Amino acid sequence: MNELSAKLRSQDPDARLGQIVKLAVMAVGGQGGGVLTNWITDLAERNGYRVQATSVAGVAQRTGATIYYVEMLPDTGRQPVFALAPAEGDVDILIAAEMMEAGRAIMRGFVTPGRTTLIASTHRNLATVEKIVPGSGIGDAETVKKAAAEVAKEFIAFDMERIALDSGTVISAALFGALAGSGTLPFDADSYRETIRASGRGVEASLRAFEAAREAAERRATDPAPAPSGAAPAPQVRGPAKLMAKWQALEARVAALPDPVQALAAPGLKKVVAFQDVAYGAEYLDRVEAAMRAEEQATTGGDWPFTAQAAKYVANAMAYDDIIRVADHKTQAARMPRIGAEVGATEATLVQVTEYVHPGAAEFVSLMPAGLGRWASARPGVMKAIDRVVNRGRRIRTDGIIGFTMLYLAAGLRPWRRRLLRHRQEMAHLENWLSAATARLRSDPALAAETLRVRRLVKGYSDTHARGLSKFDKVMSGILLVEGREDAADWARRLIDAALQDPEGKALDGALETIRSFATAGRA
Amino acid sequence: MAERSFKKEVEDLRIGAGETFRGEGILAITKALLENGVGYVGGYQGAPISHLMDVLADAQDLLGELGIRFEANASEAAATAMLAASVHYPIRGAVTFKGPVGTNVASDALANLASGGVTGGALIIVGEDYGEGSSIMQERTHPYAQKSQVWLLDPRPNLPSIVDAVGHGFALSEASNTPVMLQVRIRSCHVYGSFQARDNVRPPLTVREALSNPQRKTDRVVLPPASYIHEQEKVSKRLPAALEYIRAHKLNEVFGPETAPVGLAIQGGMYNGVIRALQRLGLADVHGDTEVPIYVMNVAYPIVEEEFLDFCTGKDAVLVIEEGQPDLIEQALRSALHKAGHPVKLHGKGHIPMAGELTGRILLDGIEGFLRDTAPAMLPDPVRAPNEPPAPVPDLSGAVPGRPPGFCTGCPERPIFAALKLVENELGEHQVAGDIGCHLFGSLTPFNIGGSTMGYGLGPASNAAFDGGGERRPISMLGDGGFWHNGLSSSIGNAVFNKSDGLTIIVDNYYSAATGGQDILSSRADNASKATQHPISQAVKGVGVKWVRQIDRTYDVKRMRDTIKEALTTDHEGPKVIVASSECMLNRQRRERPILNQAIKEGRRVEKPKFGVDEEVCTGDHACMRLSGCPSLTLKMPDDPLRDDPVAHIDQSCVGCGNCGEVADAAVLCPSFYEARLVHNPTPVERRLSRLRKSVIGWLQARRAARRLSWEEPA
Repeated sequence: MNELSAKLRSQDPDARLGQIVKLAVMAVGGQGGGVLTNWITDLAERNGYRVQATSVAGVAQRTGATIYYVEMLPDTGRQPVFALAPAEGDVDILIAAEMMEAGRAIMRGFVTPGRTTLIASTHRNLATVEKIVPGSGIGDAETVKKAAAEVAKEFIAFDMERIALDSGTVISAALFGALAGSGTLPFDADSYRETIRASGRGVEASLRAFEAAREAAERRATDPAPAPSGAAPAPQVRGPAKLMAKWQALEARVAALPDPVQALAAPGLKKVVAFQDVAYGAEYLDRVEAAMRAEEQATTGGDWPFTAQAAKYVANAMAYDDIIRVADHKTQAARMPRIGAEVGATEATLVQVTEYVHPGAAEFVSLMPAGLGRWASARPGVMKAIDRVVNRGRRIRTDGIIGFTMLYLAAGLRPWRRRLLRHRQEMAHLENWLSAATARLRSDPALAAETLRVRRLVKGYSDTHARGLSKFDKVMSGILLVEGREDAADWARRLIDAALQDPEGKALDGALETIRSFATAGRA
Repeated sequence: MAERSFKKEVEDLRIGAGETFRGEGILAITKALLENGVGYVGGYQGAPISHLMDVLADAQDLLGELGIRFEANASEAAATAMLAASVHYPIRGAVTFKGPVGTNVASDALANLASGGVTGGALIIVGEDYGEGSSIMQERTHPYAQKSQVWLLDPRPNLPSIVDAVGHGFALSEASNTPVMLQVRIRSCHVYGSFQARDNVRPPLTVREALSNPQRKTDRVVLPPASYIHEQEKVSKRLPAALEYIRAHKLNEVFGPETAPVGLAIQGGMYNGVIRALQRLGLADVHGDTEVPIYVMNVAYPIVEEEFLDFCTGKDAVLVIEEGQPDLIEQALRSALHKAGHPVKLHGKGHIPMAGELTGRILLDGIEGFLRDTAPAMLPDPVRAPNEPPAPVPDLSGAVPGRPPGFCTGCPERPIFAALKLVENELGEHQVAGDIGCHLFGSLTPFNIGGSTMGYGLGPASNAAFDGGGERRPISMLGDGGFWHNGLSSSIGNAVFNKSDGLTIIVDNYYSAATGGQDILSSRADNASKATQHPISQAVKGVGVKWVRQIDRTYDVKRMRDTIKEALTTDHEGPKVIVASSECMLNRQRRERPILNQAIKEGRRVEKPKFGVDEEVCTGDHACMRLSGCPSLTLKMPDDPLRDDPVAHIDQSCVGCGNCGEVADAAVLCPSFYEARLVHNPTPVERRLSRLRKSVIGWLQARRAARRLSWEEPA
């Protein structure tokens, strides 16, 4: 039998097999993967190739991961047999229209070392599961980039989505350009251009994106490294001379802080002064400096981890999210031009802006003078009556005079803010938290810094804010249970991470349960 | 009006002999129908065969010229029933739907049709929705063909072979008085290729002409004693006739050398994948000339036993390559070998996995394994003793998120599920039954609503066990497509008759949206060849539902929420139905965008809405995301060292549907959202008003800025 088969193997494998170009496109539904595939097909035919393309349309088009596949071979008059789907270890060119889709291609074995050219747009199109985490659930694109650079024969990666948007088109044109620039197909740039022209729609914009991406791919461009936070030129401050003088005095105080603290205290100071006034800025720096003194006394100083965290979270705590802040932000002069740019407004167009706001009784009462507010909050009947009046969604046209004035007046409460119920509540909360953290400096500096970080959990408005506060309280009480242990800071960090995992706090409750199990074990 | 316009493709349908047709597989089939003198065509849309329906819907003129009737049938059962025209009349008819779900629905008509048999060629084109990209349960159409005795063609996946299969399908059907199924897989339907066209042929007898000369033969009616005779006929007449036709016209093919120690017996649809595996093993060239003989069964049922036995003769071992389970072909081939006492050793499932799509890797491994076991000398040295193992694939599962399909940007179904979620937050979790259609995405993150789907239009019916009610009412979803397909009787009528206490939410998005935006009875568009604008709410009332609420803007989340709450708490006895209507955004954009762009060009006033988020106001809690999942509502990391978490951001793809703002309002989330309406070509009055507004607002802003510090980003 073996003799017979050996005889059958009379000739070597067909040398032309290696000439079949196998190209796969991994895209997200709606990215124009179909258009790109049609272009590639047309391009190949234009250059005398036999070509076959397949796609999996259907439900996958609705925002899901989608794959297109093309094979081509120089035409010699007889039809080759092409495969209908990409196979692991058998792809020459892989085009990923999004960074994580490049990762998916790698996981599926479509990127073979020494063989596959991987062309990927580095932009992210976040999946739903990444967006719904209360903290940050965004996948780690750097890991994918690293793996891609390792496994691909060549990894051509830059933000092609940006190029497409800047050219006024969709990413398929930029991907086509990157394919041309990669030089992996033996076709000249003109036949790519001809292909785009022949397709007929949005030709100019497509060509713009094509050229920019082709050029970038040709020189193997990469994304510019992101500017380190704070490296951007500082915003210019303006105001009346008297205030400017006070501001400069505050800036001098910031300049006297150690470097790692300054990096956070400078934006922190800006945030609280913009929130209230320069006197508030002075209060902020008082707190930061007090934290620094406490850290100095308790520890040898070093990089000032406690003070740096204090500079960050005290600023966030002081610039709390109340109605005045929201109204102030929404009535500032710089906002309308920014919105106009966002929607592409020109001289010939107008922009109408409608705010969606829904204040509740609690928010309304928090704007009352502290005494009156406390009186009202203590009386459910009064609260109910207030709720009936104020609690409904409001659509406010801030490009109109009436709507703008409503918010303008609310923002105008700023000078009185210190006397309002909300401010008293916030400050009490802040002092409790800050003193709890500071008190831990001597016994456990790491735990003290983690205690400051718990403030991260307080965010949102209305119910979300209430949930954040309750998580804050839970974590603070959890820390009490572990205080004194060597790994207390680790546990505090774990509690904070757990609290950010899901909105209901299930992970946090689980972590607390674990802590209770060992914290109370000896006492039973 | 479907999602895509097929005007260009319609022109391709007109080409004649001497010209080359270029396009995707399903359109090649459409062209082949016209070349083979088809008299009527119908079907029910669905991936991967929607384009056949869509292109014919756009080709009314051409069909009129040829005297062909095109029907967009109400369901696959209706489509198959239409083939009754070929029972008494010598007219070729073809219908199409996806398999196996369509075949499931069609099976009543299919069995009746197959019992009496046909005179004119009856062809059922089944798009087999199996493997990657499929949206349905993984089953095979094959057993349906067997049980009703309908011949099953599974041609090699290239355009000339598929086109030939259409012609032979009709002829085989006529030669054996049996309906024929032509099975094409997802990728064959969408494969781009070419074939030599022929002239279109007008049917010798049109359906109009047939009406002038009615025919009937009682012995074709499925009634005793004829039904007993039909069964005998199937075995004694139709099967032998079919086998004769298949043999005579060489529908099955043999490739490769005449003598070899081993061979492959494969489904036609597997051919390209098998050749690729052989190419990678160095056993076939680019054109598919193979060193391993292959018996290609372009007819998957019936098996031509003699042909197969001939192929096996002289071989030691044969590998059956059959996709999916049960291993029906392998069983049939084993039976043939057994009956004939043939010594060849048959391999199949084992080398080839029992379940799942036969992908490139699986075929390569399966064939290599088979050859290693049976004829290792055929394998080239590098395959027999590879130098180095393939590099391991990096595990990126921790970094790469899953990306299941979901609601499109601006989808009108999103606010329905947001409202349901808000109701559940208030009243607790409910028993929710899903249905087939885009709304089934509601069962995925972030909504996680609905835990079952029992068939098209069967959502409410699948809640029937709970019709009696309880502490909390059962809720079921139903799409407009499913409603007209089957839901009106099987779900709504059923609920009325059984005095259901449940709530049904009918998602009315003006189209059969998930299948590609085809018109249905309740579509709002004017359609030259179809009757539209039949309101669902009237139909529901017509079958006896008393509690019906019509919501004409699903984006009104508060109204949606309050209406659902009312339905769940009302004292009303009997089924509660909410018809939630807003146009499918994908189709709406496709319809409106060119009109609006034209209007802007012509200087007419146009408003374009888009939503935005105030970055400084958003606190990064992502509560809005958990009530949305909109692709355009995403995250970005603010350039601020004081912030830990990414904030909400709305990208350029936003269509301004309003869901973000409505949800933020209804769920009392936050004041970060704003709607920015770009007004093109504003009126002179508007311009003057805008100038006035800007000056007043500017004055107020300057007044305040003069008394405080403010910051300006450097340019």
